[in-house]
Amino acid sequence: MIARRQLVAAGGLALAGCATPTTSLGRVVVVGGGFGGATAARYLKLWGGADVDVTLVERNEGFISCPMSNLVIAGVRDAISLGHGYAGLEAQGVKRVRGEVVAVDPVGKVVRLTDGTTLRWDRLILAPGIDFMLDGIPGLAAAYDSGRAVHAWKAGLQTLALRRQLQDLPDGGVVLMSIPKAPYRCPPGPYERACLIASFLRRAKPRAKLLVLDANPEVQSKKALFERAFTQHHAGVLEYRPNAELKEVAGGVARFEFEDIKADVLNLIPPQRAGDLAKDFANVNGRWVGVDWLTMQAQAAPGVHVVGDAILSAPGMPKSGHLANQQAKLAAAAVLALLQGEAVNQAPVVMNTCYSFVTPAEAMHVASVHQYDAAEKTMKTVPGSGGVSAASSAAEAAFALGWADTLNL
Amino acid sequence: MKPAWILLLLCAPALAQDVNAGRSLAATCANCHGTHGRPRGPAMPPLAGMKADVMLEALADYRSGRQPGTVMPQIVKGYTEAQLRLVAAYFAAQAKP
Repeated sequence: MIARRQLVAAGGLALAGCATPTTSLGRVVVVGGGFGGATAARYLKLWGGADVDVTLVERNEGFISCPMSNLVIAGVRDAISLGHGYAGLEAQGVKRVRGEVVAVDPVGKVVRLTDGTTLRWDRLILAPGIDFMLDGIPGLAAAYDSGRAVHAWKAGLQTLALRRQLQDLPDGGVVLMSIPKAPYRCPPGPYERACLIASFLRRAKPRAKLLVLDANPEVQSKKALFERAFTQHHAGVLEYRPNAELKEVAGGVARFEFEDIKADVLNLIPPQRAGDLAKDFANVNGRWVGVDWLTMQAQAAPGVHVVGDAILSAPGMPKSGHLANQQAKLAAAAVLALLQGEAVNQAPVVMNTCYSFVTPAEAMHVASVHQYDAAEKTMKTVPGSGGVSAASSAAEAAFALGWADTLNL
Repeated sequence: MKPAWILLLLCAPALAQDVNAGRSLAATCANCHGTHGRPRGPAMPPLAGMKADVMLEALADYRSGRQPGTVMPQIVKGYTEAQLRLVAAYFAAQAKP
């Protein structure tokens, strides 16, 4: 470890003489194999080659994508299509460790796993995603544990559970979805899910109803397009109520500020924060990780880079898999530059495209481009760029599937 | 022994301009167009090996509205002309899929 540190320091000195180090750059540990972590590991090898030692730590054997999971919930797409393995990363030279990190030591530069093993690093990339804030809503944790309520906001068994509950719903039954206050993972996700569940109900349970209670004052993404879809495609099945925050769950009853709702299916999407893995670095309200946008390093711990849904997003930047992927490339480039003792890119750019289905056959998008603003030290949406679809369409549904395929590579 | 400031002067251009700027900018396109501009499926056009002037003309047409589209007319407006030239040069240097 000491030898490696000296090597990095030597690399920094060598640069002052315009030489480049020819030996190993150092060791990078990436924790979390979702859109952010898997992309970071991939691009570190793609750009760093054999000179950089990359280890990906992930507790699961494979990755299950949230994007497109609403199509699975609605019975339109096969669940198998959401799964992705890590063989491609291993073929590129990424070392994979299956395990769960329980402690991060940014001073000693080491992470510890549940089984007691430790991994040393010169640079650490955390991609922990989100965890849930259940304490403020009595009964919610118990309702998830018993299976009476599902969140389906981390894809996997929850996705299948919601699918099964919808299949078992009696015709004439009631489905309740609740949406937490922003910020949460995937701003358009709840509204896409509402549209697709409504499509399913109309097709398979024509007398059933879907109530959508939103803690926010309005639809949080692609507002006009979703409102149009609610009216054009889902009137009579889907009822949307804003300014309704979930307060408590008791049995099959969900309590909101102004009403209690009894439903057969409770899809309660909880409030969210940075994943447990990064909780020590969540310096923004104890909830999100503030980062330096030139490197994605946590403000609370230099040397620890954090990407994806766990960070405090820049203004106008949604928490999306697409942006986790983009932030991961920014982090990979910065990590390699820092290991080489070079200056990091002073003008990073990230962009987002996100497709949502409003029926099984029609989709629409939102897009944005974010450039670094040196004066304000944050990413800013470029004025006049980005936007949403003029209307949802079948053509964009095809783009959406292609986008998901390439994004999930 | 040369004075230190000469060494600094010689190194300055490399520090001022990120040598990987084109690579990093082009990576922002990969989510849809594939790594190095080689997409997975038929829905997205490949960018690898496209001549730089052809790409820049297509991007200019998206920017002006001459070429209609869904996402690209909105995205292209988020990049400067200098950034687009770096992106086009990067993809032109990639082997065709």
